[in-house]
Amino acid sequence: MKKIFSALIFGLALMSTLLTVQARETIKLGLIVPLTGDVKTFGESAKNGFQIALEEYARTGKYQITTVIVDDRNDATEGINGALKLITQDKVYGLIGPLTSKVAIPVSEIAEKNKVPMVTGTATNPKVTVHDNKRKPYVFRACFIDPFQGRVAANFAAKELKAKTAAVLYDVGNDYSKGLAEFFKTTFEKSKGKIVGFESYQKDDVDFSALITKVGLKKPEVIFIPDYYNKVALIAKQVREKGLKSVLVGGDGWDSSELIKTGGTAIVGGYFTNHYSPERKDKIAETFIDQYKQKFGHLPDTFAALGYDATMIYLQSLEKSRKAAPEEIMKVLTGLKNYKGVTGTINFDRNGDAIKSAVILKVDKEGFKYMTTVNP
Amino acid sequence: MLQQSINGLQLGAVYALIALGYTMVYGVLRLINFAHGDIFMFGAFTAYYLISKWDLTLYLVFPLTMAVTALLGFLIEKLAYRPLRSAPKISLLITAVGVSLFLEYFLSLNKLFTPNYIGFPRPFEVVGYDLGLFMVTNIQLIIFLVTALSLFLLYLLIYYTQYGRAMRALSYDREAASLMGIPVDGIISFTFIVGAALAGLGGILYAFAYPQINVFMGIMPGIKSFIAAVLGGIGIIHGAVLGGLIIGLSEVFVSAFLSSTLRDGVIFFILFLVLLLKPSGIFGKRIDKV
Repeated sequence: MKKIFSALIFGLALMSTLLTVQARETIKLGLIVPLTGDVKTFGESAKNGFQIALEEYARTGKYQITTVIVDDRNDATEGINGALKLITQDKVYGLIGPLTSKVAIPVSEIAEKNKVPMVTGTATNPKVTVHDNKRKPYVFRACFIDPFQGRVAANFAAKELKAKTAAVLYDVGNDYSKGLAEFFKTTFEKSKGKIVGFESYQKDDVDFSALITKVGLKKPEVIFIPDYYNKVALIAKQVREKGLKSVLVGGDGWDSSELIKTGGTAIVGGYFTNHYSPERKDKIAETFIDQYKQKFGHLPDTFAALGYDATMIYLQSLEKSRKAAPEEIMKVLTGLKNYKGVTGTINFDRNGDAIKSAVILKVDKEGFKYMTTVNP
Repeated sequence: MLQQSINGLQLGAVYALIALGYTMVYGVLRLINFAHGDIFMFGAFTAYYLISKWDLTLYLVFPLTMAVTALLGFLIEKLAYRPLRSAPKISLLITAVGVSLFLEYFLSLNKLFTPNYIGFPRPFEVVGYDLGLFMVTNIQLIIFLVTALSLFLLYLLIYYTQYGRAMRALSYDREAASLMGIPVDGIISFTFIVGAALAGLGGILYAFAYPQINVFMGIMPGIKSFIAAVLGGIGIIHGAVLGGLIIGLSEVFVSAFLSSTLRDGVIFFILFLVLLLKPSGIFGKRIDKV
């Protein structure tokens, strides 16, 4: 009897110590990224950045963070289902991602409706944070938006490459691709350039020979291909096979090691606008790059860096909020000033979009070379 | 214009190869084998593994890939269709759709082919030959030559061998053919094997031309080749070839002179017109056969 009693006391004591350890409040955080499908390297990189941010936070943070990761396969329906599951079933306090605009736009509507803060690292279409000229207060992003990116690309083509003529090939079903194509066109025409071809294709197309032959007759000096790396590699190959010599230019969707692997020599010599270059000299960036290299064995690309920044922005806001509740976190996020991140200092404008500079990278055989930085 | 025709023929030649499988299977079994597009996909993946993992030369890649897809075609017929031989046609059709979805989603598992887009390693460099009026690449030449050669062999097979004669007899009247001592099951298996081998060949050529593969790549070419088979007159060999070329050419011309967003719409409109005006297809004779 005595034994049982003392065991009971011991048990209670053990439980109370466990409870004091448990006192760190647990917060659930959701990550929605494409881990399979046509842009899987984006998701893998972002997930790596996300993990580094969480490890860093675990050392100092007030809260215990558990994570739930959803694979959206770069498909809007998958993204919506994932977001609904995270919000209603897992009851997350925040969403990191999605990475591509075509998934981020519908998911942002869900985050907004359910009042869960969402920070995307890389979705650049304006519609992610704004709907019918109205700001979605719960949605933020750590990157610049496509009107700026399109302008940078067009100015680069017109001024640095001194191109007089350009053609655009874009995916008509993809908000990112379509948006960039239009912003590029407007700016290029403004700087006295001529758009000699503005051709669209669809998501599952693999045969671009008709479009390329048609555009090729006009001999454009530049061909702008605002799409993700897989499609770009395929188009680039067919452009070269048709004997066109045009310089290829694109956007941040090009940033993947797979671009050179699949595109081969066809893509070498192309340029694209991006958020950051691993050659960046900056204390925060260098620490991150070292850590990343140690853990994953290669240099972090934009998606890793912005995945880290987006997660960090959220975690710092969580740390600063009065209590851990989605609404409080949103308030802190809205007032965020001068966040020092891997990709530069981030301030949100009134739409929750980061005001940041862009870099231009050149594709060569080994990888991407930093060319220049363009400020907003 | 001439250049665009070459582009269209390149696409059309591959469609023709796939359409042949649809047409042959329909001929002997009165079945649209909807899994045929996935056999085509399987061919592309087999070639990918043979080239990138085993580093085989092209002379081995072609026959081995065709052997693998032939085996797949054989197994599909044996396991999925044969048990339903006496069941109503609709059961067979639903099974075909089921096999197609099974292949796509089963193979998209991470341990198997994965749902990712994979760059296809071309074993040779692309060289373009400028012939003044138009340009042609070595890949296009390979596609034209391989397609023409396999058509010729298929023609010999069907019109000058015992197997071919048996196939034709089967497509004419299965009951009577079996009464005449033709091993019906064997011939049906054989038809699947030949059709699947051609689909595998189409898969390799397609992957050469558009070097990126994924498990869902068979869906659209599959549907378009099916339309090609219907357009030429399903069950008719030379109809499938002509249909494939017409579909390939119209796809390219629509993209070039109208808009690429209209492309698939126009192809389906062609199907609609064929079914409305001449359901038996270009070479079809009697309507009641379809």
